Amino acid sequence: MISISALKPFKAVKYLFIKPKTIRYPFELKEPSMRYRGFHLNEWDKCTGCGNCADICPNQAIQMIKIPELESKSGCKNERPQVDYGRCCFCGLCIDICPPGSLKLTRDYFHIHFDPKTFVFIPKDQETEPEKYVSSEKYSVLKASLSHRKRDYDGFVSDLKYALFEPKRVTMPIIAPEKRKLSFIEQVIGYNKEEARKEASRCLECKLCEEACPAHLKISDYIQAIYEDKPEESLKKIYEDNPIPSICGRVCMAYCEDACSLSIRGEALSIRWLKRYAADTIQDFATALELNPGTATGKRVAVIGAGPGGLSVAYFLRLKGHNVQVYDALPGGGGTMRTGPPVYRLPLESIDKDVHYIRSLGVEFIFNTRIGKDVMFEDLLKGNDAVFIATGNTKSRSTKVNNYEKCELALEFLSDNKIGKPRKVGKEIIVIGGGNVALDVAREALRLQNIQHPGENAAVKTVSLEDWDEMPATREEIREGREEKIQFNPAWGPKEVILDNNGNVKGLLCKKVKSVFNGEGRFAPSFYEEKEMFLEGDMIIEAIGQVPDFSFIPDHLLEELEFTERKKVKVDEMGMTSIQKVFAGGDIVNVNLDAVTAIADAKVASEGIDRFLS
Amino acid sequence: MRELELYFGPQHLGMVGNFSITLNVEGDRIVKATANPGFLHRGFEKLMEQRTWIQNFPLVCRINVVEPDHMELIYAMAVEKLAGIEVPERAQFIRSIYLELARVGSHLFGLWAYANMLGFDTVANWAMYHRDLVLDLFEEITGGRVYHIYIWPGGVRRDFPKGFKDKIINTLHTIGSCVPDYDDTFFNNRIFYKRSKDIGKITHEEAKRMGAVGQVLRATGMKQDIRKIEPYAAYDQVDWEIPVRTGGDAYSRIWVVRDEMIESVRMILKLLDKMPEGEVYNKIPNPFKWNIPDNEAYVRCESSRGELGLYLVSNGENKPYRAHFRTPSYNHGLTILEKALENESIADVGNIMISLYITAPEIDR
Repeated sequence: MISISALKPFKAVKYLFIKPKTIRYPFELKEPSMRYRGFHLNEWDKCTGCGNCADICPNQAIQMIKIPELESKSGCKNERPQVDYGRCCFCGLCIDICPPGSLKLTRDYFHIHFDPKTFVFIPKDQETEPEKYVSSEKYSVLKASLSHRKRDYDGFVSDLKYALFEPKRVTMPIIAPEKRKLSFIEQVIGYNKEEARKEASRCLECKLCEEACPAHLKISDYIQAIYEDKPEESLKKIYEDNPIPSICGRVCMAYCEDACSLSIRGEALSIRWLKRYAADTIQDFATALELNPGTATGKRVAVIGAGPGGLSVAYFLRLKGHNVQVYDALPGGGGTMRTGPPVYRLPLESIDKDVHYIRSLGVEFIFNTRIGKDVMFEDLLKGNDAVFIATGNTKSRSTKVNNYEKCELALEFLSDNKIGKPRKVGKEIIVIGGGNVALDVAREALRLQNIQHPGENAAVKTVSLEDWDEMPATREEIREGREEKIQFNPAWGPKEVILDNNGNVKGLLCKKVKSVFNGEGRFAPSFYEEKEMFLEGDMIIEAIGQVPDFSFIPDHLLEELEFTERKKVKVDEMGMTSIQKVFAGGDIVNVNLDAVTAIADAKVASEGIDRFLS
Repeated sequence: MRELELYFGPQHLGMVGNFSITLNVEGDRIVKATANPGFLHRGFEKLMEQRTWIQNFPLVCRINVVEPDHMELIYAMAVEKLAGIEVPERAQFIRSIYLELARVGSHLFGLWAYANMLGFDTVANWAMYHRDLVLDLFEEITGGRVYHIYIWPGGVRRDFPKGFKDKIINTLHTIGSCVPDYDDTFFNNRIFYKRSKDIGKITHEEAKRMGAVGQVLRATGMKQDIRKIEPYAAYDQVDWEIPVRTGGDAYSRIWVVRDEMIESVRMILKLLDKMPEGEVYNKIPNPFKWNIPDNEAYVRCESSRGELGLYLVSNGENKPYRAHFRTPSYNHGLTILEKALENESIADVGNIMISLYITAPEIDR
């Protein structure tokens, strides 16, 4: 096998006559591979400034820099990554963690400069900086640098399959539509410990959600506590900003989830369900939270309305040591939460759990008491150091079409079913409206039909001005409604309620909608009057919005009360209205009309009241 | 004759790498050699304790510059063992193919160093060129030429690109077709034979006693390979041989390297044939919330220099509590080198050192 030779090595001479393999740079160039890990590129429009790239960078080469020209909005910070090529090792971890996939590595790798500062730069893309990216014909390797790069030269790019985050959420167990529509059973079962921890482990801690949340809950902290299996810690973090987690964990509008960076290419973290998990896991809030009312100040504050805003203001003020009385006309706390969201979404026990805890801190609740009737507003004003009004939108609006008086109203319908005597419903119910309240009414009516007319042919139809894509109800509600076989009639407007000979409802005549919003984006529906449709039905419920009721305020004070252009109560930065020592919050102040914004108002107002009192 | 103390490296033309040997010489005979590591100490093991599990990947590969891939693999295997992560079958095949390519690349690099040291510049340049072809393959798979950061816990970072199989086969054929030229100009060259035969001899007993691994051990006649003893990746899926020589000298060691390269090429072709379709990556947990339970693991693999081990401890946190590498160059570069240099001539110091396949960065971690 071994044949040691002194002559054979001269065979290598033949290579003298073969073309050299060496590349004659820069006249000949070697094209980098398609996955080459070269300089960064960042699509500015897609980048959300979440900062995950900076967090994962093992060399701390990436820093988030505030860009004043960019607008900071919900789900998108005005920060962009800056890369220091003195530190970068081109490992590409930043690419694999980037939730929107905006950060890429290109195949460019030349940069020669006398100024070391040029090696620290903010990557942008060819749309943002067209002058720096040239076509391959105009590209010259002699000019190649961070400011002379090739167009469309992506190298190592993000791939969801290999990303370092999990784009899919842990499926929330939900009762099947066929089963849940037969009764008022709570449809969402809730995560168990393993599921909650697994879901919590998806959080990337970028805190985009915290900025999007009106009440700025410390979301990433309480998710971390759930991940660490410390639900008490989690609840403590929630209670720093939100005293009604059992309620918000079920019916919050979850602006946080819209802003979640995981939602861009995957499913948002189930922040709301995780909050619910924390609130439901802890049976006894008092021992878990160990909160105490602050040192007594001797000041008295009256709160009108025990809804989310009222409850929150009472809680925050009580922690500051003030005496708080909460008045409400209903027999229990929760306000609209008590009467509105159907039991299958928000059971009464969950509301009472939150209210009881706030009561246990020493807040006095005076239920079944209507201000303006049982107690006069002026007496409250005299007997207290400050008054907070959070009465909310309590009156349903009506379409005022012909024979509208034969229709039912949404809030009354919901309220009776939840805390009063359930209504008798017809076999064919028409719900007017396309918002969440309309969906609540429709789905509740469907359940009542299944209870009162089991096995019979029954139907629930909705009519809404808005088309599918502009319907104000959440996508989730619409999807669940469709699963339950509610018949939607989008882009139709009510024209007339048709009665039969006995004066009973026979159906609703509808007209086709041309457009809902005018050119300026304001609500101004226009119709094709001649395109008509008749919907048969024996019961019509109007759910087209709610308005506040200020009848409890005496006229001379009401005159003093200033309103904004959008007919909301005007408050200053302390939450105080134009009437001295009267503060306000919730649906009567904000345009979001939801619980978490009411909590945000309450935080502002409680700070304001505290400053006002001290 | 008077005994002199001579410093060989770190600033010495004959020294490859940041390493130094103090030689006690009589004339040009070495009486005693003392290895001095420490010129390349970068504190990797300590640094690893301060970075999260995933952040350590760009770090571990830098422990051995010549052959980062086995470092990635062993760290990934240790993390998988600690965290209980499964690896899909296709990923196991990809890992094996990728590691064998790394072995070929690393051996070609070693061949360059060795040929260069003996003055075979022609062969050295061929080896460098062929290594570059392997690096091109790596660039295609991973996007990096030297530091690939390709093996992750749970599989590999990306699947092979489309049509990549043919590219590997083409490259291997290009390299393989030059084997006769390599043989004629180098391995069967009389000069090479004269310069390496019976140089730096280690007997089988000495090798075993001093903890030799890899080529150094196999050149003394022992069939020892972790890929056979404790198969990982897809090494148990194909048939292959452990090349062995009995001389125990530099000549045998380089021949083992040559045979191993050829065996690796054969193995890659077999693996490519058998490679299944499917997923290549099981998602690892979110790196920001990845706490690995309190545990410890020792894993080993056969790097191109020999048995490479990693002892990794987690105390339930998001980063390792302790990492300790057992690298082949450590034994080869300290105890065995000192033994092999005894009674050799000064002219053979570099020759012996490279034939032992020592890389300084592995010694200083």
